[in-house]
Amino acid sequence: MSFLDLKNVTKIYPNGTKAVHETSLSINEGEFMVFVGPSGCGKSTLLRMVAGLEDITEGDINLDGKLMNEVDPSERDVAMVFQNYALYPHMNVYNNLAYGLKNRGIDKETIEQKVNDAAKLLQISDYLQRKPSMLSGGQRQRVAMGRAIVRNPKIFLFDEPLSNLDAKLRIQMRLEIKKLQQKVGVTSIFVTHDQVEAMTLADRLAVINNGIIEQLGTPIEIYDNPKSLFVAGFIGSPQMNFLDGNLKNKTLSAEGFEIKDINSDYEGEVTLGIRPEHLIQTENGLINLKVDLVEQLGSDNLVYGQLKNKKDFCYRCPGNQTIEKGSNLSLNIENNKHYIFDKSTGKRVN
Amino acid sequence: MTRFITSSFSHLILLIGILIMVVPVWMIFASSTHTSSMINMNGLQMFLGDSFYENYLRVLLYQGGFFKEITALKMFFNSFIMATGVAILSVVTSLMAAYALVYYRIKHATLLFWIIFITILVPLELRIFPTYSVMAELNLVNSYFGLIVPISASAIATLFFRQFYKTVPDELLESAKLDGANTWRFFVDFLIPLSKTMIVAMLIFMFVFGYNQYLWPLLVTTSEQYWTVVMGLKMMSGSIVHRFAFVIMSMVPPILIIIVLQKHFIKGVFQDK
Repeated sequence: MSFLDLKNVTKIYPNGTKAVHETSLSINEGEFMVFVGPSGCGKSTLLRMVAGLEDITEGDINLDGKLMNEVDPSERDVAMVFQNYALYPHMNVYNNLAYGLKNRGIDKETIEQKVNDAAKLLQISDYLQRKPSMLSGGQRQRVAMGRAIVRNPKIFLFDEPLSNLDAKLRIQMRLEIKKLQQKVGVTSIFVTHDQVEAMTLADRLAVINNGIIEQLGTPIEIYDNPKSLFVAGFIGSPQMNFLDGNLKNKTLSAEGFEIKDINSDYEGEVTLGIRPEHLIQTENGLINLKVDLVEQLGSDNLVYGQLKNKKDFCYRCPGNQTIEKGSNLSLNIENNKHYIFDKSTGKRVN
Repeated sequence: MTRFITSSFSHLILLIGILIMVVPVWMIFASSTHTSSMINMNGLQMFLGDSFYENYLRVLLYQGGFFKEITALKMFFNSFIMATGVAILSVVTSLMAAYALVYYRIKHATLLFWIIFITILVPLELRIFPTYSVMAELNLVNSYFGLIVPISASAIATLFFRQFYKTVPDELLESAKLDGANTWRFFVDFLIPLSKTMIVAMLIFMFVFGYNQYLWPLLVTTSEQYWTVVMGLKMMSGSIVHRFAFVIMSMVPPILIIIVLQKHFIKGVFQDK
């Protein structure tokens, strides 16, 4: 049996909104799981149910072999890092870290030992006597994590903890969270709407949409093999290009070109997905792109333009290529890396 | 130049205002340091006389009232007990009422709050007979308890605390819960320290309110032992300088409290976190 087990967990709010639909999920001990999805998709609700901050309407949550449904949040032995950190404004950093331990009746020396160890690990030893209002965003973030670590909980829960930081600090803290989790080895769930965060942090990630887990897998599995139109569009930056098409007799006719020998027996209206990085320039390629705009990122260029039928399209090429605005590019799909989705259901068909 | 004139003009207006407020008080103080015969012959005085100690000591220790049972000193003691009692009791009850209204899942909590709030429209004077009969039934006439309790439920303080609690982010409660704090611990370890300045402000406010009570102490005390300062202002007989001295002394406690705690008072009322 896995460490954290969600069985048919459902959340219906008193006003009738169904935030989470019968969701089942198993998380192994020591695993870093990321819930990713657009805002309002139910990922935070799911996390808060694990924490005990939301009641479970239906289903079971088991943590370390114990049914948690009716267990009080304080008894669950989980620690949570909140989006706005929720530090205790009237306590100094030391007491912020020590508060949870004091409530558990741990003796003073042990508390001091644990707080100092956690502070050292997070490099906040110098600020222990300061109030949260005297700390910078990054330092507050560390204190919030320290408060979680110091209790040595069974599971860490992160509710979009990086979204209040500036871009540079976010990348740095992302790295630190990952390192820290590997060092401490505690099972973690991290909620985010940022797919880059999700990809970089996760051992496994769950893409959630409208209260349903659309796909569960390692970041690379999900990137390489999206099972639905939603997942394909959500994971990957810049977003995957989508074109309308028709599939018949294993031949896909899209706008202005055909692809033969498609590995699918499906017939009908489809959506063809091609990632911007899966294109190469050739002569007489399938796709003709008229360049509108080039974003030079240094390592890469993002080329935005339109196809013949005025459809927007994006192509990613190495940064050393010079591409002029207004020029015409001829592109082919690299190694047949294309994704075909049923247009009506959004399910992958190839 | 025009700026100088307008600013001088506004300063002049302010100075006149200050004089209007301060001069009468000063005149009473100055007069209270003269002898009675001096005041009776020459009217109110602007300058200090030399009977300060004599007059004030006499007032403090004079056995007043019909039965000569009460001194001004005892009245100050009574007023202090009453004002402190009202301040502490009303702040404690308001804190707890606001906590229950905001954090407990009470049905119609808002409606309940407004019902509490409406009591502002029902002053003590309006309910004085039923309140008196309740106190009489409970045998609490002529006791500190009887002086304090009936005026110790404050809708204003409840309003202040409730509005403050509503600004406390939910994550703080959730985080505290995960840290093992129960309802009581959250109240004691979080809400009370966070509303410290507001508590001080309300303590001052309610202290002055309790100190200034006149009608209720008049009604609920028949024994002179429980007279308060404000009642004494009316009841004290004696020569004019002694009354003046008593008036001046009666102003001292609230002024002292406000001067000492005004920093907290201003912070608490105009809370910016």
